[in-house]
Amino acid sequence: MTRERPSEKSPPNGPPAKNVVPLGTRVGAWQARLVARRLTKAMLERLGVTLPDPSAPKPARRVPVPPTTFDGAALRWRLVDNAVATHLEVELHRAPCNEIGTTALGELEQLATLVQAGAGGARALIFHSSVRRGFCAGADLRELHGALLARYEESGRGPAARLAVAHEVRGFIDRIHAVFDTLDTAPLTTIAATHGFVFGGGFELALTADVIVAEKSTRFAFPELRLGLVPGFGGIPRLRRDVGNGVVRDLLLTGRSVSAKRGHEVGLVSQVVARGQGLEVARKVAEQASRFDPETTALAKRFSKPLPREELAREKDLFVEMIGSPVVEAALRKFVESDDVRPYLP
Amino acid sequence: MSRDDLIQKLIELASKRFERPAAELAPDADFFEKLGIDSFQAMELMTDLEEEFDIEIPDYELQGVNTFTKLAEVIEPRL
Repeated sequence: MTRERPSEKSPPNGPPAKNVVPLGTRVGAWQARLVARRLTKAMLERLGVTLPDPSAPKPARRVPVPPTTFDGAALRWRLVDNAVATHLEVELHRAPCNEIGTTALGELEQLATLVQAGAGGARALIFHSSVRRGFCAGADLRELHGALLARYEESGRGPAARLAVAHEVRGFIDRIHAVFDTLDTAPLTTIAATHGFVFGGGFELALTADVIVAEKSTRFAFPELRLGLVPGFGGIPRLRRDVGNGVVRDLLLTGRSVSAKRGHEVGLVSQVVARGQGLEVARKVAEQASRFDPETTALAKRFSKPLPREELAREKDLFVEMIGSPVVEAALRKFVESDDVRPYLP
Repeated sequence: MSRDDLIQKLIELASKRFERPAAELAPDADFFEKLGIDSFQAMELMTDLEEEFDIEIPDYELQGVNTFTKLAEVIEPRL
């Protein structure tokens, strides 16, 4: 026997009401998540909290294909098309260390759109940084802290505000996962040329690449636990795909950084190169990758680098669950206010 | 390698990395202050030390370490 809520009852002899699932119906996991998200939104709306719509169409679908040359606030890219290779070079150039906030995300979404549209015929893609401090120091914690404070000032610090924060962060996380998944599964060879800080979200970006060329100065780390969080841009599932679980736990649970050499020893890094040589060596990798049949490359990549979808979804849920906690707020405040020369230390 | 030799080696490496005369770097002086280095440079020094001694230095053991003498105390057990 099934029951329907009175307000959503089907009219007698009419078609079934929309969006009504009779009680007792077995639903799949994705349907359950959809229902859970709708309930949360409805609850928040009853509490008078205004929400952005995280299920808004992804920019990859609503923006035209970006050009193959781009000069943005966080990223620059250009198509290198010469006798030996056709590859896309993507430069991260935002000081202090390419922190990923809404600006970088918007530009990464444009890049993802370009990649989905064939990347201008590129056979390889190189990520590199022109910022002295490193490849990328992770998420923009100052922006995140500011957004949290703004939300708490607007809505107080009760459960409603925390739910609203979780909802907003879910929107950001969904967007960044969509971009990283696109880069991860792009049907061309992707290379990250790293140096200096490759921390948190920066490490997660590097982990979307097929090949990591690391300069000796590179340090990889997941410092998220000191913020009361787990990595939220897909880092753990992607790292676990490449290295042993012991290494994953060491990095995650201690927050310590490891060198390019250590990364090479554990199978994370493809080549360790001298300081300042990362981009040149990455170009050689791109040249080599450009020699092969593109379809064969795409098939080989799909076979050897499956996307850990289920784990990625679980990681998103866990991250969003954690983000509204007072522990996170206190840790973010401490980080933002720190004048320590090594604020990343646990 | 004795503790004093290790400290001298550390000073030598820092002097080379940051192009400062070794004579300016005392074992117990605050090297962040003396060298005026930022977090990236501190990491570079750490990587140099790992490479030179073929060891790994966990960052968390470097919390509060700001002199060559204290740095030697972290490195010595790993040699």
